Amino acid sequence: MEASKIDRIVRQYGARESAILAILQDIQAEEKYLPRETLEYVSQKMRIPMVHVFRIATFYNALSLKPRGRHKIDVCLGTACHVRGGDKILDKLERDLGISVGETTKDKRFTLESVHCVGCCSLGPVAVIDGDVHGRLSQEKVPGLLKDFK
Amino acid sequence: MVCAGTGCVSCGSLQLRERLEAELKDRGLADEVKVVITGCNGFCAEGPIMVVYPEGIFYKKLTPEDVPFLVEEHFLKGRPVQKFLYTGPIVKEKVPLLKDIPFFEHQVLRALRNRGLIDAENIDEYIARDGYAALSKVLSSMKPEEVIQEVKTSGLRGRGGAGFPTGQKWEEGRRYDSFPKFVICNGDEGDPGAFMDRSVLEADPHSVLEGITICGYAIDAHQGYVYVRAEYPLAIHRLNIAIEQARNYGLLGKDILGSGFDFDIGIYPGAGAFVCGESTALMYSLEGKRGMPRIKPPRSTEAGLWSQPTVLNNVETFANVPPILLKGGQWFASLGTEGSKGTKVFALTGTVQNVGLIEVPMGTTLRKIVFDIGGGISDKREFKAIQIGGPSGACLPSSLLDLEVDFDSLDDAGAMMGSGGLVAMNDSTCMVDTARFFTDFSVDESCGKCVPCRVGLKVMLNILNRITTGQGTMEDIDLLEQLGKHIKSSSHCGLGKSAPNPVLSTIRYFRNEYEAHIKEKRCPALVCTSLIKFRVDPEKCKMCGLCKKACPMEAITWEKKTPAVINVEKCIRCRSCIQACKFTAIE
Repeated sequence: MEASKIDRIVRQYGARESAILAILQDIQAEEKYLPRETLEYVSQKMRIPMVHVFRIATFYNALSLKPRGRHKIDVCLGTACHVRGGDKILDKLERDLGISVGETTKDKRFTLESVHCVGCCSLGPVAVIDGDVHGRLSQEKVPGLLKDFK
Repeated sequence: MVCAGTGCVSCGSLQLRERLEAELKDRGLADEVKVVITGCNGFCAEGPIMVVYPEGIFYKKLTPEDVPFLVEEHFLKGRPVQKFLYTGPIVKEKVPLLKDIPFFEHQVLRALRNRGLIDAENIDEYIARDGYAALSKVLSSMKPEEVIQEVKTSGLRGRGGAGFPTGQKWEEGRRYDSFPKFVICNGDEGDPGAFMDRSVLEADPHSVLEGITICGYAIDAHQGYVYVRAEYPLAIHRLNIAIEQARNYGLLGKDILGSGFDFDIGIYPGAGAFVCGESTALMYSLEGKRGMPRIKPPRSTEAGLWSQPTVLNNVETFANVPPILLKGGQWFASLGTEGSKGTKVFALTGTVQNVGLIEVPMGTTLRKIVFDIGGGISDKREFKAIQIGGPSGACLPSSLLDLEVDFDSLDDAGAMMGSGGLVAMNDSTCMVDTARFFTDFSVDESCGKCVPCRVGLKVMLNILNRITTGQGTMEDIDLLEQLGKHIKSSSHCGLGKSAPNPVLSTIRYFRNEYEAHIKEKRCPALVCTSLIKFRVDPEKCKMCGLCKKACPMEAITWEKKTPAVINVEKCIRCRSCIQACKFTAIE
């Protein structure tokens, strides 16, 4: 990520320690993950030790140190989706994409992850693709779900 | 009124609104009919939802293609469109009016008083429904001590899970003379199967802001924060709009309503760590540190955010505050039970007919919630258990359906109110697997700071994995109980203290299922795949072929008039056939 972009994000929140989580989230929203060089730059810029930045980056589920694909699929495995077969949606996605949960397809098209509840329990089983909720899923609906994403 | 909660939006309610507005304009009705986008209506199972006032006619599962016909019939010819109305679950009759639908009939709306009635993004509509009247009353005519006394009279207890008396917390927050002080609203709703806070924030953000501001006045704080899960983008969006509007109206910022009281609110998005719902962890997260809890005391009311006195309450708690100040603590306390006053919002999900968001008086029985409001178990299955309180709660069996739900009765039953997630489970749910599921969740979300939670839960998970794969022994049950008790008594924070509850409660109420897994190497609900033979019982097989259709691997051979046969070599044990079979012929 270019230094000027990082500068802009840091300036928006101010180089306070309490802003670190929001800053890392904004960087991740643009880059899809947190590259090492970016974290080092943030550390110097905000005068926060790298080890502390790293502590934050590794604690929260929403932050990733690994590159991700163009589209991110989060399959909900919360209780309500679990009792309605959320794991079968995940199974089907793993089979169709040929990757396990937490991995990215070779062509960088999809990253497959699981989440614990997105709060749309009445629509379970649910998957979130790039922030859009897709509810009332079944294994048969999975191929149709993926075809619009390039 | 078109519902635009996250549930209905994902079913296409925004497209519905666009089409509706265009159609009304084409027909020259744009001046007579106003389309309003509301927050979550609660009956998410039937989304997208539209309610037409003044009559209160309830339409469900609408698509943009339905709009021309609907406008023609309803708005031009003035007759409700039968086919989009709700059909009663028992008597199969159309129910046109929202208030007559059993799902709504048994509810009492207080925290959700504005749901489905106002545009969440328009402060004027909130004000028109007595919004900010409580704040104005408080600032103009009440001393902070009087505010606290009123909240104490109401008997309001924290809706986030632990049920700490709110008035008492505020009193403590006021007592410490160290400035600045802070108010925090906890919207880090992490319990899987719970979405009360999301819905309140989406449907009525101003009620929460008003509650926070009143609390600020009561404890003499000038800054509030709302910590919201990053998984709730719509809630964050609407909160931002609401804060901006409140500032423009002089309801936040300097010298609120000319009273000389300054208060402002900031939003802080979380980043997907369940433990940050714990108050001290949340405060560390706000400070830009790892969200790990610390030992109490000192309580947050003495040393919270940046070690300053801080009052932290849940979203629903704050939403309850304005009507208490407006109508009095006595009014609030008129509903509920001895130890738990008022109402409680529950997210009713799982395998019931009517999933959605409900609000009922404290002391309502589980039976009423599941059967009268929830419409009973779906898919003609039997009720098996109700899971309450998320990963810190318990699974209660049918013998406890008449339990009157409040903070204390749940405690006695080995459960916990939690934030209010209610997940109904039918007879195809394995209770050992459910216990394993929650323990897996808690292991995943444990912050790792204290040993009982970090190591103890992992050991419990290993034992449960052994049992669900047929390698358990009877001693394992005792070991689970022992470990569970130790973890509860020796963990640092609420997560560890309650994480063994799902295991302990399932052993208490469903011990026979553990024994079947261990002694007979059998999973009665056919969930634990290692214990399923994947063999078709030719006696029970009705030769319908549904299993063959369901199999994704073409591992089933079947021809008309012959029982199906599963090729175990090809089978990936996905259980699709078991769910497809209507005759429980697969074992």
